[in-house]
Amino acid sequence: MSGIPHDHYEPKTGAEKWLHSRLPVVGLIYDTIMIPTPKNLNWWWIWGIVLAFCLVLQIVTGIILVMHYTPHVDLAFESVEHIMRNVNGGHMIRYVHMNGASLFFVAVYIHIFRGLFYGSYKAPREITWIVGMLIYLLMMGTAFMGYVLPWGQMSFWGATVITGLFGAIPLVGEPIQTLLLGGPAVDNATLNRFFSLHYLLPFVIAGLVIVHIWAFHTTGNNNPTGVDVRKGSKEEAEKDTLPFWPYFVIKDFLGLAVVLVIFWAIVGFMPNYLGHPDNYIPANPLVTPAHIVPEWYFLPFYAILRAFTGEVWVVQFASFVTGGIVDAKFFGVLAMFGAIIAMALAPWLDTSTVRSGKYRPQFKWWFLLLVIDFFALMWLGAMPAEEPYATFSLIASAYWFGYFFVILPLLGVIEKPDAMPATIEDDFNAHYGKKSDASPAE
Amino acid sequence: MFKKLVTGAAFALAMIPAASFAAGGGEQHIEDFAFSFEGPFGSYDQNQLQRGLQIYTEVCASCHGLRLVPIRTLSDEGGPQLPEDQVRAYAADNFSIYDAALDEDRPAKPTDNFPVNDGVGAPDLSLMAKARAGFHGPYGLGINQLVKGMGGPEYIASLLTGYTGETKQEAGTTFYENTAFPGGWISMAPPLSDEQVEFIDGHANDLHHLSEDISAFLMWTAEPKMMDRKQAGLVGVLFLTLLSVLLYLTNKRLWAPHKGKKQH
Amino acid sequence: MSHADDHEGTRRDFLYYATAGAGAVTAGAAIWPLVNQMNPSADVQALSSIFVDVADVEPGTQLTVMFLGKPVFIRHRTGAEIQKAQEQDAEAAGTLPDGNARNANITDQDAPATDANRVLPSPDGEAPGAWIVQMGVCTHLGCVPLGDAGDFDGWFCPCHGSHYDLAGRIRKGPAPENLPIPPVRWDSGKTLKIG
Repeated sequence: MSGIPHDHYEPKTGAEKWLHSRLPVVGLIYDTIMIPTPKNLNWWWIWGIVLAFCLVLQIVTGIILVMHYTPHVDLAFESVEHIMRNVNGGHMIRYVHMNGASLFFVAVYIHIFRGLFYGSYKAPREITWIVGMLIYLLMMGTAFMGYVLPWGQMSFWGATVITGLFGAIPLVGEPIQTLLLGGPAVDNATLNRFFSLHYLLPFVIAGLVIVHIWAFHTTGNNNPTGVDVRKGSKEEAEKDTLPFWPYFVIKDFLGLAVVLVIFWAIVGFMPNYLGHPDNYIPANPLVTPAHIVPEWYFLPFYAILRAFTGEVWVVQFASFVTGGIVDAKFFGVLAMFGAIIAMALAPWLDTSTVRSGKYRPQFKWWFLLLVIDFFALMWLGAMPAEEPYATFSLIASAYWFGYFFVILPLLGVIEKPDAMPATIEDDFNAHYGKKSDASPAE
Repeated sequence: MFKKLVTGAAFALAMIPAASFAAGGGEQHIEDFAFSFEGPFGSYDQNQLQRGLQIYTEVCASCHGLRLVPIRTLSDEGGPQLPEDQVRAYAADNFSIYDAALDEDRPAKPTDNFPVNDGVGAPDLSLMAKARAGFHGPYGLGINQLVKGMGGPEYIASLLTGYTGETKQEAGTTFYENTAFPGGWISMAPPLSDEQVEFIDGHANDLHHLSEDISAFLMWTAEPKMMDRKQAGLVGVLFLTLLSVLLYLTNKRLWAPHKGKKQH
Repeated sequence: MSHADDHEGTRRDFLYYATAGAGAVTAGAAIWPLVNQMNPSADVQALSSIFVDVADVEPGTQLTVMFLGKPVFIRHRTGAEIQKAQEQDAEAAGTLPDGNARNANITDQDAPATDANRVLPSPDGEAPGAWIVQMGVCTHLGCVPLGDAGDFDGWFCPCHGSHYDLAGRIRKGPAPENLPIPPVRWDSGKTLKIG
């Protein structure tokens, strides 16, 4: 499967040959877990396994919660409390599912930013990147619909506000919104379809994850240097790589275990840390909570959504040019989705021939600014929509787009990259001299 | 330096409590009560929960329901832990429940929930201690949840002790000034006062103590499995730490043949 | 290669086994709650015992209550019924289709199906054998038998004609077993605890 030459599965016994000639499943598994992996991968590469774990965790705990949950406006809130109070261990399972969503997003953001820094999105890994972005979008949809299910105040009003975004689309917006809600407002029909889709989408994600892995197993992993694995011969490739099992499985599991210590501490000692108290009040269509704040993982994009108000000249200009079709509300929605599309387009916006940010002296600083920008947007998304936050949001949003549409294309032209190691082996040995030729520490 | 910055940023991402950025209105005054169940090792004080139950029954129950709380859980471990026969008597003596099968009211049984009480529009108290947050800090990060809890019981206790004595009339309703209530004016008359409830064991029953006891009880009604949860948390953290150490050693040994001494 | 190699190998194996073991224990500890959540929840378990006030059940009448989704017959016998039950005891000896008492309250699960082995110990002031409590489910195919009916003045199942006597023993018809007696005891005064 991989372009890197390595040993493939050879059926030995009669039974193995019988199976292999009919269904080469053992070979598929062997080739997948024995895939040659660049041996210089650093700790930023553990998040893929954490993400795979999160998907399984959420699906398993989710299926269990469904055994006790009732998707009906009169019973949803009570059935969640039934899980919390009566079901054996139900409170832990629910808290794990709740906080599991947050772990999922922590992992996906680190994973995405790792890709952005080390140029994992660049040729030939564009498909991996695009599929990853699709997974991320589906994750957001799934998480949003899942948050509606307990039918608390934030569930209800979050659903009202987010589906309202679709209403902002000119001409077709309102029919689409009605179609999503199954009525004029968020109600039982909405809850039921969100439940159905919240159950379905994780399996779509699982399918895309297989495509994601297939894609990067075809191209081979990126690595911190961005230098390709030598593919001339098996011997050459083996100098740059080690098989995924056991070397990276154990390393990733170590990373996962450490992450889980923190995760479990949060579940055990402060499970409502990332939640919102208002969601312990049953949904009430007559009373809107004082602050409607999305879950933390939506905040950066929520900030971008709110940044573009009618007073911003870009918005006024867009409105003028389109004859009022693109109003402030719609512009905000476009900006929010545009911010994610900008990320997805990174493979084509980045003109630099150097893959890894490690060897791009200017890029490093712009990238760091992007990370800070992301946190700033997250913070701004939770702030009330008033000055000075509105101006800050606008500046932060502008930088987000500026990074992808201006800095990435220009930087490749004007920047002079640093010297890179010739091979992955060189990079690895520069960090860890081999035993045989170990030289004394400098 | 760059590496450190990036690492620091990622660490901050992992720790970000952004939801708590949404710090509530500024003027509320929430006093920090020291409850026995705070922190990773804190646990409910059984006697305090029993006193809280008595306060709820004698005072709060006349207006507020606890519709999500099964009466039988009063005898659960980690809660007030009343003996089962006392719980049966308590249910039958204090509450009657409409039974659809009989089509009439009957004395409550332990298997019933506390009754709904929405007669005067008072909110149900089952989850009140989790539906209010007293603390958002430090710096809006909410990390003090780990040691102080999220401040729900503190909010309730502060509310009960926060009446200033001022009242005002508005649209035919009397509002009472309260330093803990958002907006400063609440329609609930001061429900507790000094020595309003007498405890059999003669425990202190000034307003401050009564407020503390009922708040602790309401934390239990909101989070009855807190003791189980903290125990599972502790066992899990210890075991996962052990697993991490073993994996660290395994990983180190596994990679040793491919790595020499670190050169820098 | 040095002389430490052997020790090195043993230590390495031990470390690997310990890690794999710890991993397996973690996985197991994670899986158990996922299975256990399917067991009856606390609200269902709470219904596994019920309290029934029988102060109003006059001699010669029967109270039927629901327990775990099935009817339970609580029979308060009259003096004449107690006497008749004892006569039935004598006449049935050795000819019972089911010779087992089927009483969950006596430790000897092979105890013979005598009337004394099936009745509830009487509270103070009542004759022995005044109370009998049994599941109201025919042991044939699960219909609910009728009280004060059948050839033996006990219970009669209308579905396929099974006759039970005053002690709830099957005497005639297709049912294979006596009506089972659930765990039951006097809680206080005239209150029964079933389950």
